[in-house]
Amino acid sequence: MSEEVLQQASPGLIPGSGTARAAKPTRLSPSFISWLQAGPMMLVFLAFFLIPLVFVVIVSFWDYNEYQLLPALSGRGYTDTFEGCIAQLPDLCTIGKTYLKTLKLCFMVWTITLFIGFWVAYFLAFHVKSKTWQMGLSLLCTIPFWTSNVIRMIAWIPLLGRNGLVNSGLVKTGLINHPLEWLLFSEFSVVLALVHLFTFFMVVPIFNSMVRIDKSLIEAAYDAGATGFQTLVNVIIPLAKPGIVIGSIFVITIVMGDFITIGVMGGQQIAAAGKIIETRVNALQFPAAAANAVILLAITFLIITMMSRIVDIKKEL
Amino acid sequence: MTETTRKTGLSRRTLLKGTASLAGLAAGSGAITGFPYVKSAETKVLRYLGTAVNEGDDISKQCLKDTGIKIEYITATTDDVTKRVMTQPNSFDVLDTEYFSLKKIVPSGNILALDARKIKEFDNITPVFTKGETPGGKKIGGQGTAPWKVLYLEGKDSKKFATSATEFVTLIPTVYNADTLGIRPDLIKRPINSWSELLNPEFKGKASILNIPSIGIMDAAMVVEATGKYKYADKGNMTKDEIDLTMKVMTEAKKAGQFRAFWKDFNESVNLMASGETVIQSMWSPAVTKVRSMGIACTFQPLKEGYRSWASGFCVSKGVSGAKLDWAYEFVNWFLSGYAGAYLNRQGYYSAVLSTAKAHMEPYEWAYWMEGKPAEKDIKAPDGSLLEKAGSVRDGGSYEDRMGGVACWNAVMDENDYMVRKWNEFIAA
Repeated sequence: MSEEVLQQASPGLIPGSGTARAAKPTRLSPSFISWLQAGPMMLVFLAFFLIPLVFVVIVSFWDYNEYQLLPALSGRGYTDTFEGCIAQLPDLCTIGKTYLKTLKLCFMVWTITLFIGFWVAYFLAFHVKSKTWQMGLSLLCTIPFWTSNVIRMIAWIPLLGRNGLVNSGLVKTGLINHPLEWLLFSEFSVVLALVHLFTFFMVVPIFNSMVRIDKSLIEAAYDAGATGFQTLVNVIIPLAKPGIVIGSIFVITIVMGDFITIGVMGGQQIAAAGKIIETRVNALQFPAAAANAVILLAITFLIITMMSRIVDIKKEL
Repeated sequence: MTETTRKTGLSRRTLLKGTASLAGLAAGSGAITGFPYVKSAETKVLRYLGTAVNEGDDISKQCLKDTGIKIEYITATTDDVTKRVMTQPNSFDVLDTEYFSLKKIVPSGNILALDARKIKEFDNITPVFTKGETPGGKKIGGQGTAPWKVLYLEGKDSKKFATSATEFVTLIPTVYNADTLGIRPDLIKRPINSWSELLNPEFKGKASILNIPSIGIMDAAMVVEATGKYKYADKGNMTKDEIDLTMKVMTEAKKAGQFRAFWKDFNESVNLMASGETVIQSMWSPAVTKVRSMGIACTFQPLKEGYRSWASGFCVSKGVSGAKLDWAYEFVNWFLSGYAGAYLNRQGYYSAVLSTAKAHMEPYEWAYWMEGKPAEKDIKAPDGSLLEKAGSVRDGGSYEDRMGGVACWNAVMDENDYMVRKWNEFIAA
């Protein structure tokens, strides 16, 4: 069958001969080859991301009762979510407060991870001269990842608790009289744990962008009389932008959807967009959970779109 | 050259074919060993979905020894158990769940009611379940989803709860308990006797409550009622206004910094208490035992307003029939025959059939756990570890006192959807 097709398509070929077989691959058009190469990933993406996502969107417009989904068009998932948003003005409604809090945490974590991540990457890329050391030190950064992130998060609790190491240390040295309550189950502990968990996601892409900067550009800047700060602002930061944006996307998407770290480190008292979804799913209110997931996705997507406006990642890669 | 290419091509193909058939064979044989039902004549296996409460290796081992039924535990949280019944009813055979989730599970039609006539000890089940009173005749508070309200169905395939006894039982009772607040007497240093103490500013930043909406709101209601702010017609089935009021009281307390943290699972509650982050919080009985076994003083404090109770039992998936249904009955009958009941009693829970459990316990154990008498000897957990020294008395006293003091039961409200939204608002406040 396939040989027949081949014959029709290229009558000059001798059927079944070695040359025909050897020539076969070259006959495929380049675009077909690229489709073939992208195909497996595309299928995985389609099956495990796009199709489930479509389901989530569909279910978000369904109705529900205590024990089942009712496949009838309904905006209840959304109207319930935004309940009181107009009536309660100027006070914020639940969803407004929740997103404000989530965005605030997200912003704090993003700025801190960006600051630390940038300088760690800078050190690795420009101050560590030997490739071996660069490699070795980057691997060193991955060591915390040898344990699960739940463990890394929970490890903070005995340190920061009312009778924890930090508090008892401070009380013993006489710096404070009473244990500091805000060390644990507070925004502070949430941000601390998130920064600890996710700074590495900033380091890697920024480092990757930085090592690709042509060293002669920096020399040229130096020769042209630029100060260290000017070189940083005018040469290094613009060239490291793709890494910064990719790292930021990692951190922002993770923090926006997080509810475990915020739950555990915030003593379950801090609202998070992901937490609302979890509560709804646990109450078997799947359409409401799906509606919240769609809202979260839309907001995260908006943030990422704004960021990719600043840098065209596709072009830079 | 051509010849060789061909040959390799051919041999590669045969090789592939060979591997494929081998793989097929392997998969085929794997399927046979992987699913013992095919060879059901030899092993009786039941997939058992439930929370960790009733599940113990000792129980499954003893069951295998006595009946030849192999229990495969599928352990999940209360919420996830319900979720699984709704979404994957064929993924389990026996279901061990709480009575309050029946309001969701029964209308879904995913479970099969069991026939009371096939349960040997059914008539010996404690009147707590059947009549709503203790064996001593004390009336038990019925607010919330009390088991006797949802124990029977009108017919075999009915989705309606019967008001009087029928032979179709939704859940064959197994285990239950009366919950209250756990406190750290060494840090509080004064007697506590009311739920209202949870919101006492004295414990600012040192109190906690469960972050499971359906249970947390019941504890919150106990507190609101104890402070004298409001008296509910039924704490387990609030109106929207009552939900608003309850959440308002809790929100004010939260904003004032009353709560150190909310907890969601057993271990979180143990850690909060043991580390001294909290000194008063809603708690579960075995969690109190766990804190005490760490050498830290912790009391499961009886309070004058009474206990919040819960109960669970067995039913089977609607997909179970034939021989497997017989094994399920055999298993449930075994479970009520004493060994498991004694095991649960020794953990501080209560078993549904008291007489058979008593026969499997030492008289001094029964006296300590059930009669509220001082322990004659050291009290040991089922695993042999020391729980209480001789001379100590169980918190809350006897079975009659504890179960007789129940004020309400875990519940799913008619306004559950609204309540969950309000709970999210409470967390965001």
